[in-house]
Amino acid sequence: MKPAIRLMRAARRDRRRLLRGAVAAAGAAVLTGCDRLSGNEAFVDMLKSAEHLSRVAQKVVAPRSAMAQEFGAGDIAATFRSNGTLSPVDADYRQLRDGGFADYRLSVGGLVDRPGEYTLADLRAMPSRTQITRHDCVEGWSCIGQWTGVPLRLLLAAVRPQAAARYVVFRCFDSMDGPGTDSRYYESIDMDDALHVQTLLAYELNGQPLPVSNGAPLRLRVERQLGYKMAKYVRAIELVDSFAAIRGGHGGYWEDEGYEWYAGI
Amino acid sequence: MPTEAAVDPDLPPPAAAPRRVYRHRLPVRVMHWINVVCMTILLMSGLTIFNAHPALYWGKDSTFDSPWVAMTAENTPTGPIGVTHVAGARFVTTGVLGLSDVQGTPTARAFPTWATIPSRQWLSMGRHWHFFFAWVFVLNGIVYVLYTVFSRHLSRDLLPTGTELRGIGRSVLDHLRLRHPTGVAATRYNVLQSLAYLVVIFGLLPLLVIAGLAMSPRLDAVFTGWVDLLGGRQSARTLHFLAAFGLVIFVLVHVFEVVVAGVWNEIRSMITGWYTVPPAEPAPKEKP
Repeated sequence: MKPAIRLMRAARRDRRRLLRGAVAAAGAAVLTGCDRLSGNEAFVDMLKSAEHLSRVAQKVVAPRSAMAQEFGAGDIAATFRSNGTLSPVDADYRQLRDGGFADYRLSVGGLVDRPGEYTLADLRAMPSRTQITRHDCVEGWSCIGQWTGVPLRLLLAAVRPQAAARYVVFRCFDSMDGPGTDSRYYESIDMDDALHVQTLLAYELNGQPLPVSNGAPLRLRVERQLGYKMAKYVRAIELVDSFAAIRGGHGGYWEDEGYEWYAGI
Repeated sequence: MPTEAAVDPDLPPPAAAPRRVYRHRLPVRVMHWINVVCMTILLMSGLTIFNAHPALYWGKDSTFDSPWVAMTAENTPTGPIGVTHVAGARFVTTGVLGLSDVQGTPTARAFPTWATIPSRQWLSMGRHWHFFFAWVFVLNGIVYVLYTVFSRHLSRDLLPTGTELRGIGRSVLDHLRLRHPTGVAATRYNVLQSLAYLVVIFGLLPLLVIAGLAMSPRLDAVFTGWVDLLGGRQSARTLHFLAAFGLVIFVLVHVFEVVVAGVWNEIRSMITGWYTVPPAEPAPKEKP
């Protein structure tokens, strides 16, 4: 080979190596930069501003009354996937469960005129709604099941919310970070969702009493949001004007861990 | 009349100086680089979201026993391996898909740390990145489409002419031989390039966005059952992934073409707008 050609090839090889190195370095810089930005409060706040935009936009195109899709009996999944807590370890829950939830009382309070306590029999005696809907997990999977329960709006009508009430908070039995920690699951929704026709306190799945792994004896169904909004093992309901003073202040267990409060997306 | 090729193409180029033309107008250049940032972040944060449940299905809900794509880690006598299933076929993808190093430890994760934002598996943060830049990307895309229509960028530069369409076979051959247009022809998008852009702008990207919106439970309530037009929510998730995959292929080809066509000249023309026209091959001398 002529030395000139050899030199030219070497130069081209060097340039290619340089280019490859530059691309790799740029890639590494992007990754490190993005990781650093994920820890920067102001930047994350900017990212989170999209949540409000999404909520407002979604409420405009899919108004308050818009219905979640309902399916046919043939669409029901053979086994409904359970996620999150599968069996609460908390002593008060286990005691109730061992007694077949006969001693279960749902307490409803906060900004209401007629706070009250409801047994499962009380709730079953109220008008019910049955719906076959799709459950969408934030992880990405979906599962179709049939839910029966009392529409939350009927229960709210019975306790008479005060004008100041803006959110409904659901307090649950299951401690997420082990027993004895102040980590019981909780969630909150606004009045638009609370009064929606398809928002239920469900006590049946596919015609059977709610299994423990799916939230027995009572779980929330908010069909136009993701699964983590639909609190299982509901213990108490509280109407509030703000959830800023509750636990981490973000309106739910996963919200305090960084997930969006508005989970319609 | 301002055109992208501001120099009259009928004038012969001066013999010595290479001819430079103003090829990309400012709005196109700005929107192009916004796209680069958005698409990179959307792809990588999308992979973080995918990693939370690394399986794809077809239908209304998830048939957990029979995903058509799944990335998992399996234990073998010689240690854990990464496995990717695609439509019944099984591939060992240790090190990249299914199992890869996280700070030196082989860890079960679908896509590796270098492909995701943030690099560690952090679903909520991946979602924040994804949804913020999805807004930027979609708004940028809407402005771009309006711009191409009203500035006549679409009719003048993007839509191929009849002559160009008839020359498609020639253009395919030229691309395969890595021969690039020179002279006047280099100042215009070539026909394959135009068609690729049109398919992406009016096919792939709308599909990507619509399939993405179909995954939102609230937007599914806009018209009852509209998501079934895509085959159901899990089909929409599959289509979103496939459309993103299609875009990755588009970008790889696009970058490849930029490199073979003259990387610095091409990149400069997308930054400053100015492009040095490769001199036309000398025409065969005519007999006097």
